[in-house]
Amino acid sequence: MEQVIANGLYLGAQYALIALGLTLIFGLMNVLNFAHGQMYVLGGFITYAIYGQLGLPFPVAVLASGVSLAVIGGLMERYLFRTVIRRSHREESTMLLAAATAFFFDAVILLIFGEKQRGVPKIVKGVFHDFGIILPYDRIVVAVVAALMIFAFILFMKYSRTGRAMRALAQDRVAAQLMGIKVDRYTMIGFALGAMLAGVVGGLLVSITGVNSGIGGPISVKAFLMIMIGGAGVVGGAIAGGFILGMMESVGLTVLREYGDVTYLVIFAALMIFLAIRPNGLMGKPWG
Amino acid sequence: MMNRRNTLKTVALGTVSAMALLMGSTLHAAANEKLKIGFVGVTSGPAAAWGTSNVRSMQTLAAWYNETGGVKIGDKTYDIDIVTFDDQKDPKRAVEGMEKMAQEGIHYVVGPNVDDGAAAVRPVAEKNNIIYFPYAFPKELYTPPASNAILGMIANYQSGPAIYKYLKENKGVKKVAFVAANESDPLSQRDGGVAAAKALGLEVVADKDTYQNDTRDFTPVLTPIVALNPDLLVLSGVAPANAPLLIRSARELGYEGLISTETAQDAKVLEEGAGELANGFISVGGASTPAIASDRMKEFVARYTKMFGEYNDESNTKVYALDYILETMKANPAAIDNIDEFKKTIDTFSAPNPYVKGDAKLNYVGTTSFGQKRQISVPMVVNEYKDGAFQTLFVGSVD
Repeated sequence: MEQVIANGLYLGAQYALIALGLTLIFGLMNVLNFAHGQMYVLGGFITYAIYGQLGLPFPVAVLASGVSLAVIGGLMERYLFRTVIRRSHREESTMLLAAATAFFFDAVILLIFGEKQRGVPKIVKGVFHDFGIILPYDRIVVAVVAALMIFAFILFMKYSRTGRAMRALAQDRVAAQLMGIKVDRYTMIGFALGAMLAGVVGGLLVSITGVNSGIGGPISVKAFLMIMIGGAGVVGGAIAGGFILGMMESVGLTVLREYGDVTYLVIFAALMIFLAIRPNGLMGKPWG
Repeated sequence: MMNRRNTLKTVALGTVSAMALLMGSTLHAAANEKLKIGFVGVTSGPAAAWGTSNVRSMQTLAAWYNETGGVKIGDKTYDIDIVTFDDQKDPKRAVEGMEKMAQEGIHYVVGPNVDDGAAAVRPVAEKNNIIYFPYAFPKELYTPPASNAILGMIANYQSGPAIYKYLKENKGVKKVAFVAANESDPLSQRDGGVAAAKALGLEVVADKDTYQNDTRDFTPVLTPIVALNPDLLVLSGVAPANAPLLIRSARELGYEGLISTETAQDAKVLEEGAGELANGFISVGGASTPAIASDRMKEFVARYTKMFGEYNDESNTKVYALDYILETMKANPAAIDNIDEFKKTIDTFSAPNPYVKGDAKLNYVGTTSFGQKRQISVPMVVNEYKDGAFQTLFVGSVD
């Protein structure tokens, strides 16, 4: 059972980090960024190219993934989403745009990086084996980095000027504008930050799970699942959703293994019942 | 009235145009006629590696043939034109793809890559006189009354028993565990594998464990299986993208037994994804191991690498289908647009296998499995991965 809990906590930490960027963008702009998984994949491939191919240090590669995705995210907000949001009165327009960018990224990534699964050398070798738990050291490192990043993100959103401005925007866009917050500027920063988080987590996890051009869609679906559980647009909700999903997977795959692949069936059924009772997820409104 | 300069211009233009037309017609006359061969398979999404290695093998061979003057079938020489369609691993798209091939007048198609796609295109292929070469294992596609599908590789129910028998006799395997993705191909391969293992008297300790094909972390999936301590862990129908992740998770959980699969894998992917943890991993390959690859196979690998930047070891088995089509047409030129002639030729066809050393033959097999020859004969090369490359463990065959 110790191993099952350790697996669940590790999965939860990485899932929470994946969901954070998605929920940030949703909270700020009410946009479901279908390209979130593709941004994760792009981050993974950038780290693969810089660390795996060029041989530069892993932290440099992850940093490059984050910066590259932040720039891409900022440009997407400035030239795509801002334009569509201004010109269209229908919310579906941003969803269609997000879906189109997802397909675009899929095609570009496949073209540039090819169809193969890619991986990089392990960042830390060895396996922790004690207290009934087996956990490779590189997973422990990634889980600790993920936890630190989640903590830093919460502090940033709570105490920095930029974070407070973004929270105000998420709570009430018009009121925030009336209070002198530069809506366009902070929306762009928020989108860039969300994209950066996707890029960083993609870069971090390429050292554990590798990356391939086709996993963007499934990653997005899982991230949506997490923010639906926790409450879309709520940072705490994304974290809770990530850990709940990670634990459900870990426990389900052990306890239900005799019944075939019913773990996700049970998770989806539970989610349907849960959403019928709490349609806004665990934590309800943006930023609580 | 035209002045002298205009007259000269007109004459010059007329001469140039006439020469251009003449050269064009001469070139046209010299160019070979095109022979279109289709491909319907998956070249995008998580399973893109399967179809991409397939279509790139065809494109490499076609470019090679065209560069060296084309392919002589009967008294005509043809340039090979590969017409491709990405079915995105969706049976509905596969049907659209096969319909497109029919509209283009194509009679020979390589693909689809998976069971449900291959089953879905059957009515379209039969209605439009198309022979197709799926990389899918359902027996009903190849057994009478079906006659248009020809299996393009070795099925797991053919390679599995041979691998398990070898491992039982040579490595002392007694307990086997199976794990498969929750999709039709891997599940049917798992069921076939379980039956084969039981028939050999092996103890099957896990036969229900599955995972979502888009799983990125396999530790939770493998934790309970590793605890059962099997001698052999079979990754049924595992996609090349998932194989290194499964191997790595199993080894990191302390699993020390053997790991095998019946699908083709890529050494580079294993090296990057699992490194030395993949050493000893057993899979089924084609003809590229140094022990058996011919010079032509080596040149194919070089040309593929030059054309696409990187070779894919899955092409070791996928190099064959296009050659089977062309060689069968050479044996009976009437088959070029008449699939009944092609079917007649299947039973007696034989040609040298250019991709392996020795006197191996290209011929159609499958009588034992399907009751008729509806499978191309590909050497069943069982490989063992070691330090970034495959080594031949043993070579088998199918009848």
